[in-house]
Amino acid sequence: METFWFVAVALMLAVYIVLDGFDFGTGIIYMFVAQTDEERRLTLHAIGPVWNGNEVWLVAGGGLLFFAFPKAYASGFSGFYLALILVLWLLMLRGIAIELRSHLDHPLWRPIWDVTFSVSSLLLAVVFGAAIGNLVRGVPLNAEGYFLTPFWTSFLPGPEPGILDLYTVSTGILGATVLGIHGAYYIAMKTEGDLHQRAHRFAKIGGWALIPIILLNLLSLKNFQPILSANYSAYPIGYAIPLAAAVALGLMLYFGQKGRDVAAFFASCLFILAGIGITAWGYYPNLLISSTNQSFNLTIYNSAAPAYGLQVGLIWFGIGFPLVVAYTIFMYRSFWGKVTPSSLHESH
Amino acid sequence: METALLYDRFQFAFTVTFHYLFPQLTMGLALLILYLKSRALWTNDEHFNDAARFWIKIFALSFAFGVVTGIPMEFQFGTNWAKFSELTGGVIGQTLAMEGLFSFFLESSFLGFLLFGEKKFGPRVHWMASLMLFLGSWLSGFFIMATNAWMQHPVAFTVTENGSFHVTSLWGLLTNSWLFWQYSHNMTAAIATGSFVMAGVGAFYLLSNRHMDYAKTFLRTGVTAGAIASLLLVFPTGHGNAKQVFEHQPATGAAFEGLFKSERGAGMVLVGQPNMETLTIENPLTIPWGLSLLVYDELWAEVKGLDAFPRDEWPDNIPLLYYSYHIMAGLGSIFVAIMIPAALLLWHGKLFHTKLVLWGILLITPFPYIATTAGWMTAELGRQPWLVYGLLRTSEGISPLIHSGNVLFTFIGFVGMYFLLGILFLFMFAETVSHGPEPKNPGGEALKGHSPY
Repeated sequence: METFWFVAVALMLAVYIVLDGFDFGTGIIYMFVAQTDEERRLTLHAIGPVWNGNEVWLVAGGGLLFFAFPKAYASGFSGFYLALILVLWLLMLRGIAIELRSHLDHPLWRPIWDVTFSVSSLLLAVVFGAAIGNLVRGVPLNAEGYFLTPFWTSFLPGPEPGILDLYTVSTGILGATVLGIHGAYYIAMKTEGDLHQRAHRFAKIGGWALIPIILLNLLSLKNFQPILSANYSAYPIGYAIPLAAAVALGLMLYFGQKGRDVAAFFASCLFILAGIGITAWGYYPNLLISSTNQSFNLTIYNSAAPAYGLQVGLIWFGIGFPLVVAYTIFMYRSFWGKVTPSSLHESH
Repeated sequence: METALLYDRFQFAFTVTFHYLFPQLTMGLALLILYLKSRALWTNDEHFNDAARFWIKIFALSFAFGVVTGIPMEFQFGTNWAKFSELTGGVIGQTLAMEGLFSFFLESSFLGFLLFGEKKFGPRVHWMASLMLFLGSWLSGFFIMATNAWMQHPVAFTVTENGSFHVTSLWGLLTNSWLFWQYSHNMTAAIATGSFVMAGVGAFYLLSNRHMDYAKTFLRTGVTAGAIASLLLVFPTGHGNAKQVFEHQPATGAAFEGLFKSERGAGMVLVGQPNMETLTIENPLTIPWGLSLLVYDELWAEVKGLDAFPRDEWPDNIPLLYYSYHIMAGLGSIFVAIMIPAALLLWHGKLFHTKLVLWGILLITPFPYIATTAGWMTAELGRQPWLVYGLLRTSEGISPLIHSGNVLFTFIGFVGMYFLLGILFLFMFAETVSHGPEPKNPGGEALKGHSPY
């Protein structure tokens, strides 16, 4: 039962990273690839109808974590206090920037929202990348299962690390690069002309830059968190996930070279899902790993809600989740296809 | 620890108050938009579609601000109230997770259709989208109220030896007796906000001689819905709420009314200032027997005053609670006094020429926001000193390791951020209203339809 909810929460959050990830990626490349006002409006129009729904996956995933593993929710959210409040502020600025930017045609109004959108998206991608780094590295949980980390201490990993240290900064850079490419393929897929060309080129160059960054992360991983490999040694079938990630990455680079943006975008989705899957497989059954004492780890067993609650949750999750998938597919199908300058003039 | 608790409370109170300014408008408008879309579909009159489209724009604006300010609410359960989350997650995790799954996806998907899908999918799907949006936003309200109702009046749970709460019946949680009056009162208040804003914009256009056709539609819809909602707010929903507070939270009820001593035939204080030194109401204006009649339907019934309860179970800010309750109830009465005459004038076809009443409708527009905020302060201050009434104290719910310096930092940040958001919203709202509704030409093309991005 606990395992089911572990998978459900991980899946919701992984889908969030894939979907809102291309919104962040769009923000990261926005200032570079979209240069004229019309191109910027087209870029925003490409994510406009969906960004809000994408963000709901975070809220719903967080809600599900709260419901299934309240102890881990309480510990993790309070422990990363400053980082999470920062995420909230950035999400606000990002959302408001998308919604308000084109409402007013004034030479001072639009640039300020352009910069806001771009910078907040970049920072969010870095923070989410660093967040995964923090989970992998572990946090200084105490015997009651709580911790509080500052933003940084010495920038070196150790028993009392900050949220940002050498390792998590590197995962943050990895996160921003992956999502930047992801967003670039999304925009390339959704647009035409110069905008399309620039996004495509951005994605291609980013794809090659990604390989050394991944290698660096893989090399440092072993030093920082040895216990992640235990599940892989015990159940070698898990090695299928990193294999899938490698294949997805290869396909993304291949389709990118061939100029097949739709295929490259879907390969990028798969790559991100597999990347999170690698972490989840190694992490199970932990929800938070302690950097001070392994016996303080929060697992799905010591932080789960009681059995009745988890069982009755199956009923509404069984009804609700298929509905959510249906809405999402329906919405993406309805807004499928390229955005063109004429689509800016037919909102109704 | 004391200061951390204080800042935690300030931050949550501030962020939730600001947040709820937006959902109360969207939940109210969702119903009115559904009405306008239904009229349009029923009569095939494009006028109602144009009117709906204008309000969908306002809806979308308020919705966007509601979404970005709503995420901090869920996050803060974990960040600032970790102990509360840990102990009660086994109960309220149910309703909060269900809200995410059943409401937010519905709302965000179908708002997209409402904004972008009219031309592509035709009038029936567009009407359907307005229905789904209404369902989504009202369902969202339901799950949040179910959560709050459990904190006010805990049902269907057991407590384990480590102090955490476990739900024993999901059905019991969702059919909490407290929930019925609280939900109906709150949703009626949302209709009041939505309809007062609609009527206010109508009065604004009519008085400034612009968009006359739309002004009349907005006034007709807003005044009718506003008058019905105002009546329902007082009776039976407000009355039902007050009665259940006296039944289940008697100390809170006594504090609402400023009743320091138990009394037979207790009067109802209309105006007066509580003095916490002498434990009396100064300068009281009282309706004799009013309170006994309200609570027990009997002139000489005994109502328990605060002296019947231990001091550490009194709400911790009685004057503020007393004023919140009186502001809510006083404004509710004023709403009835304005909207009922307005509805009668509308009925007799005289409203559009009665300038005085139109001015009244225009100027009353912001007051449902104040009344609703005061109403929520009444509910939440009234629950103090408890997070879960009678079971878990507010001081026991905060995050154990977060110190006051951290919380003050983020609280100041939120104040700054929301100050900016507030200005932006008012600016955009004024912009949208001054732009006004846009009719379609006979070909069915919007004259200046354009993407909001």
